[in-house]
Amino acid sequence: MALALKDIENIAHLARLQLSEAEKTEALDSISSILSMIDQMQALDTAGADPLSHGFDASQRLRPDVVTETDQRDTLLKLAPNAAEGLFLVPKVLE
Amino acid sequence: MTHMMNQGVAELAQSLARKDFSSVEVTQAFLDRIQLHNNDLNAFVTITGEQALAQAKTADAMRAAGTAGPWTGVPFAHKDIFCTAGVRTACGSRMLDKFIAPYNATVVEKMNAAGMVMLGKTNMDEFAMGSSNETSWYGPVKNPWDRTLVPGGSSGGSASAVAAHLCPAATATDTGGSIRQPAAFCGLTGIKPTYGRISRWGMIAFASSLDQAGVLTRSAEDAAILLHTMSGFDPKDSTSVDLPVPDYLATLDKPLKGLRIGLPKQHFAEGLNPQVEKLIRDALAEFEKQGAILKEVSLDNSHLSVSAYYVIAPAEASANLSRYDGVRYGHRCDKPVDLEDMYKRSRAEGFGAEVKRRIMVGTYALTAGFYDAYYIKAQKIRRLIKDDFDRAFSEVDVIMGPTSPHTAFALGSKHKQKDPVAMYLEDIYTIAVNLAGLPGMSIPAGLLNGLPVGLQIVGRDFSEGQLLNIAHRFQQATDWHTRTPGVGAGTGLKGDQ
Repeated sequence: MALALKDIENIAHLARLQLSEAEKTEALDSISSILSMIDQMQALDTAGADPLSHGFDASQRLRPDVVTETDQRDTLLKLAPNAAEGLFLVPKVLE
Repeated sequence: MTHMMNQGVAELAQSLARKDFSSVEVTQAFLDRIQLHNNDLNAFVTITGEQALAQAKTADAMRAAGTAGPWTGVPFAHKDIFCTAGVRTACGSRMLDKFIAPYNATVVEKMNAAGMVMLGKTNMDEFAMGSSNETSWYGPVKNPWDRTLVPGGSSGGSASAVAAHLCPAATATDTGGSIRQPAAFCGLTGIKPTYGRISRWGMIAFASSLDQAGVLTRSAEDAAILLHTMSGFDPKDSTSVDLPVPDYLATLDKPLKGLRIGLPKQHFAEGLNPQVEKLIRDALAEFEKQGAILKEVSLDNSHLSVSAYYVIAPAEASANLSRYDGVRYGHRCDKPVDLEDMYKRSRAEGFGAEVKRRIMVGTYALTAGFYDAYYIKAQKIRRLIKDDFDRAFSEVDVIMGPTSPHTAFALGSKHKQKDPVAMYLEDIYTIAVNLAGLPGMSIPAGLLNGLPVGLQIVGRDFSEGQLLNIAHRFQQATDWHTRTPGVGAGTGLKGDQ
């Protein structure tokens, strides 16, 4: 299926990426090219194959439900672009 | 005595044990050499001189007190994808340019516990997305064999640094070929172990079902040492495998008589440089000389490995990289007007073009309506690719072929092209191995017009010991792995006399 510029705009929105007009055009070309390479998959009949999500095909290991992490609130808040009084600060969400 | 700059991990460990020189002396010598050549090669993005000398001093004190381990005091470098507490961990991205990791990756802890000395962090493609080390926010890395060429990627900084003797070994990661292809381009030994062998905890995620840590060294023996040091079960990584780590050094010398080597016909087909093929065939003849048996095998679906990978890896990347939102850490844009503006501009400014492209491809593949046609289809092909390997391994013990269809290519020749697919096809022989989770290796197999050619060796799950044994036997009979980009106290780079 051929992509249109509005598809790129939709994908960019879903991925929360702001693109300039030039970047949108570039993305349309390059992503179309990638998709046509990916579409080579459609030529193969995979009806009998079970999807493999992981090389091992193993189930998730479980561990006892106990606290293993220590409190590092101050250390982690120091990494934030904007924090105060033990909170991450973001632009106003509610009026 | 071999000049200390030319010694590998095993040799340096012996020299330190004999007290030929101290860890502080050899660490200082490598730091000086990095100072001399790094402006040109751009292999390191962070040099941790002060910490390295402090670690070396501790190592020397342990040596004097008789508490040193076998590798204590040996310097090396970490790819800048591993979190290092208190040291910037940028993953080749502007997004993390100011990110000081608050904790150590398990791999980093293990190297620290062995008493090894970190010289610094090496350059890489942004978030490990690239095959040439040209997508890094910190600029491209140069190949020391010819500084107009790429070192390969994404572990290009590690490869360039080890090849130029800026360090004896370096950690690396491989999601689709990011250890093996740079090893091939820079004339190094590189191993990506079985998925689950080395903990991914603290290793910045690209595609979680494919990412695996490994090493770049100048010999199979050194790779055995580092792999052993890095491997093992880690409860902090839910896909870490709880199996004992074999003593890889103990099996290095095993004779290869009767070894059955499979040659996938798809890896010796159109697209392979005939002169690369000739060198690979010569290498295979050496294994025959040692009693191995060559047999053609078929990986019927390998032609679809790149297509399936470019659904699965971007899909996983789009999810993994959603954490970079400008809130908790990483880049935030100036003066956001609202939350959405902050997300969109922070991510637009923080990520480079290739990363954005892959996030968008992955987002698209996971969109309602396309999920079955792309994501499920790719997972079905992944199953068929694994089945192909299983079938081949019922007939042969290992699979061999070229790591890359050609030698290192020119800087700018593929990266600046409009069509990214040409770069993606770089990993045509390596990608299927990640999809199947198998261990893979690349070793130097010859020189073509003065540039290294790599032989890929792929084994069954957890056959790292066998791969290292095969590589070591080859390196005992040949000297390709000892070839360096030049002469003198290292490599003949500018400044070497």
